Amino acid sequence: MTATATRYETIIGLEVHVQLLTNSKMFCSCAADYSGAEPNTHVCPVCLGAPGVLPVINERAIELISLTGLALHCSIAPFSKFDRKNYPYPDLPKGYQISQYDLPICAGGYLDVVTADGPRRVGITRIHMEEDTGRLLHRVDPVTGEGYSLIDLNRAGAPLMEIVSEPDIRTPAEAREYLVRLRQILRYIGVSTANMEDGQMRCDANISLRPVGQAEFGAKVEVKNMNSFRAVHDALVFEELRQAEALDRGERIPQETRGWVDDRAVTVSQRTKEEASDYRYFPEPDLPPLRFNEAYLESLRASLPELPEAKRNRFLALGLSDHEAETLVETRDRAEFFEALKARIGGDEQRATKLAANWVLGEVGRWANETGQNLADLPATPEKLAKLIQMAEEGAITAAAAKEVFSAVAESGEDPATVVEKRGLATISGDDELTAVVRDAIAGNAQAVADYHAGKESAIKFLVGQVMRATRGRADPQKATDLLAAELDSK
Amino acid sequence: MNLSPEDVKHIALLARVRLDDSEVERLSEQLSSILDHFAALAAVDTEGVEPTAHPLPLANVMREDSVSPSLPREDVLRNAPATEDGYIRVRAVLE
Repeated sequence: MTATATRYETIIGLEVHVQLLTNSKMFCSCAADYSGAEPNTHVCPVCLGAPGVLPVINERAIELISLTGLALHCSIAPFSKFDRKNYPYPDLPKGYQISQYDLPICAGGYLDVVTADGPRRVGITRIHMEEDTGRLLHRVDPVTGEGYSLIDLNRAGAPLMEIVSEPDIRTPAEAREYLVRLRQILRYIGVSTANMEDGQMRCDANISLRPVGQAEFGAKVEVKNMNSFRAVHDALVFEELRQAEALDRGERIPQETRGWVDDRAVTVSQRTKEEASDYRYFPEPDLPPLRFNEAYLESLRASLPELPEAKRNRFLALGLSDHEAETLVETRDRAEFFEALKARIGGDEQRATKLAANWVLGEVGRWANETGQNLADLPATPEKLAKLIQMAEEGAITAAAAKEVFSAVAESGEDPATVVEKRGLATISGDDELTAVVRDAIAGNAQAVADYHAGKESAIKFLVGQVMRATRGRADPQKATDLLAAELDSK
Repeated sequence: MNLSPEDVKHIALLARVRLDDSEVERLSEQLSSILDHFAALAAVDTEGVEPTAHPLPLANVMREDSVSPSLPREDVLRNAPATEDGYIRVRAVLE
């Protein structure tokens, strides 16, 4: 809660642009992945708007946007069409962008978010399909001092969907959480990498304030140029305060576009762009419309994976904590690794759940963080890891040894039993062997023994540590404790 | 239908065409007479007729998501007003 929240209510709506993971561009066969490519090397006559060329719709892009619509509870329009949005920037050489105006593919969905302020259902107004624009770089001529622009058309025509939310968001924290959840879903269903830092996901925010209790909205300010979740959050916090202070001074907030300047942490007014009517939308004559039948939608629905929210609820029902469930479903590969591991451990479900969660949130997670690799590439597959966990459960190896075996299997992909044997990591089973080590520990640590006899019970922990070190973790700590106590008390 | 000189200037701006005063006057008349022809269409009774964006009975004309080679860059840049380091160079574009 900010101080302004007592006088004004903040109204936020987000427009999110997402690049789709197709092989080719939206309306031509140029490769859509231009990362690292030399400028203007993914360009064809369609991208250039050369005379006589015709765009043709990429069917995969239509599948991906429809999947997104289904995942966000939208209805998919039975009839949809493309329109031309006319504007004069040279980032699209045609002089217009192919987009959708009044008949978007998806409409009327929602996304649930939860923040410290409580739960919020954010409506999704629409999701429409369009083509991305080229990239403009702004330079200054060192000789004349005049500004000029450079154009790279590699991005021009890449498939882009725009997800427009209802003005249902009330705080900057909710706006960030909306983006986090949206990205998670987009990644789960595999429609986009959705990296904001690389521009595969971009967010513009509309924000206005109104006095608490007032029904009509205040003048809407559009904020652009935010390249991270943090930037969206910080820009909205800044705008909230700026507008509240202006309203407090009795000023009127002009409807305008402002840009976020990250290094100065402020928004600044940008040249107002053309009116919507100046875009002169009209139906794209080169593209026949789209008609979706129920069979097509049914096949898409069937291909949707289980979404994070459903997974989270299922994991909670298994007895995992909020935090555990939330962390396990954060990425699809983690959630799937957990489920595969749990299934392979088998036996008592609660025990298997607990063991699988502990390993995935512990050693497995650490491996992923340290190597930066996907869990699908972890040589310690759920199958191998389950064997390792079984050995630990049966007492064949200790918890300490299990970690060492995991590291080895994660490195080499060897069978856990082989690693245990090669490295001699099996738990010391014979009492004789362990008793010898225990006696050595007692003989070599007179001070701890004296402490123990002086009534300092914790001294035994030190001695157990010595036994563990001497056996390189192969002793059962409980057994070692028992043997130590027996030996010490017999003296 | 009468287009004012301001209408014509606005349209010219959107089209990025520079017009002098005599051209604005001439085009006001010419564009107005074109719009008059469309006024004849507006007189037709379309009650109960679905809006038709496309006259052909076609839908779902799509291509498979496969990649084919792009143009060699020298061809891409052939019609550029100027180039620099493989980019198309143009006058400053205000954002």
